[in-house]
Amino acid sequence: MTKPKELKRTNLYDWHAAHGGRMVPFVGWEMPVQYPTGPKAEHIATRAAAGLFDIDHMGQFSVGGPDAEAYFNRLTTWDISLMQVNDAHYALMCYEDGGIVDDIYLYRLPNRWFVAVNAANLKKDLAWMQAQAAGFDVSITDVSDETYMMALQGPNAIRILQKLTNVSMNGVPRFTVAEGLVNGINTLISRTGYTGEDGVELFFPADQALSMWEAILEAGEALGIKPIGLAARDSLRFEPSFSLYGHEIAADITPIEARLGWVVRLNTDFIGRNALLKQKLEGPSRLLVGFEMLEKAMPREGYEVVYNDEVVGKVVTGLYAPTVEKFAGHAYVPAAIAKSGTEIYLNIRGKLKKAVVIRRPFYRPAYK
Amino acid sequence: MKLDQDAKYQDSHEWARKEGDLIVVGISDHAQDSLSDIVYVELPVIDDEIDKGDVFGVVESVKAASDMYMPVSGEIVEVNDALEDTPEVVNSDPFGEGWFIKVKPTNLDAEWDNLMDVDAYVASIEG
Repeated sequence: MTKPKELKRTNLYDWHAAHGGRMVPFVGWEMPVQYPTGPKAEHIATRAAAGLFDIDHMGQFSVGGPDAEAYFNRLTTWDISLMQVNDAHYALMCYEDGGIVDDIYLYRLPNRWFVAVNAANLKKDLAWMQAQAAGFDVSITDVSDETYMMALQGPNAIRILQKLTNVSMNGVPRFTVAEGLVNGINTLISRTGYTGEDGVELFFPADQALSMWEAILEAGEALGIKPIGLAARDSLRFEPSFSLYGHEIAADITPIEARLGWVVRLNTDFIGRNALLKQKLEGPSRLLVGFEMLEKAMPREGYEVVYNDEVVGKVVTGLYAPTVEKFAGHAYVPAAIAKSGTEIYLNIRGKLKKAVVIRRPFYRPAYK
Repeated sequence: MKLDQDAKYQDSHEWARKEGDLIVVGISDHAQDSLSDIVYVELPVIDDEIDKGDVFGVVESVKAASDMYMPVSGEIVEVNDALEDTPEVVNSDPFGEGWFIKVKPTNLDAEWDNLMDVDAYVASIEG
């Protein structure tokens, strides 16, 4: 018998536990899935006021060197030449066959590049990025341990942050970054997030986690801030139709199938380009769709999609979406039935329940 | 943890309480708390006859689907229709507004005493 792998804890573990956070294993970490008022209240608070997320399990790499731009153009699907200094952009790393290694966030800083990756993929991503660096003059450093990552999201997020920082947030538009002091702590402020709300993601020295967390909660207290667990984080990213690795995207799913074609710039020579160009021209055989239940029932990941009495696909995300108040999800289905308005059935614990393919997103991001 | 001193309980966390000739059934505060936010409740049809120990409905929370088991055998005479639109009352008031079904029992004398009283139930959770 091998011992169960030890779960890692963030520097806020004690805070979460002391404040009723329900700690669960999540990709090798012990993270709060919810706090006492429950996921729905957390979700609604983030849409209506502000939510604070401990996302330190995520990985960060610092990348430097004269060939960095050329390297990222080869490594990722995005056209890196479009990124100015202090821009942040979503991107994908693909295999030669077009399957997705991971989805990442790229930050172009004045003197270096910064990359945020999924916790579950950290080691795989680092190995992949190092392997692809051959022939480029770049250095890649895993700075995950010393860097803390926290997200502050919601319509009141910027007002709350502004109380604590010397950086004028009016000068930091959506999808850009700035470096400055937040609560007296040297912080990389990125006006990004994964909830469909305005807000920021903060990177700063890991030993300052508790001071930063408590300062933001205090600054946000009168503005309705709540700490947010994994369950609400999932429904918040689902409503605006953002992908989550291991669900909407994976090594055997391409960006075209996942409807992430907007991140794929075929004018650059990135890894996987030829496969994706071919798939784009021929048309993918399956596609990600959004659906909502027409008959009241809870769809869950892994449930079968049935069309004309045949199992044609699987649910990859299924949940109750609190803002739109619908039972809804994402599923992969044959391209022929991916049109919105198509009626499908889901096998929900042995009973077929009617659903309909609908246009994504369920919730249009507030900053658009 | 909230408790109803007058109710009886079973291992699967349903409570049963006498109300005249009927038995009202719900799930305990401990159950709703571990399930987290309840978003959907599937209830039986009135007139259904269901045996003790058989499934009478399903609670869907953000976390998981959980079957609910009859604490006593009987005929379903009333279901809590309000849960259709406001399943969250199971979270906020599990022993009151959040009840699920009312049952006309068919074998109460044999079955009632097999249920746990509140002390035995608390001991079984803390066990």
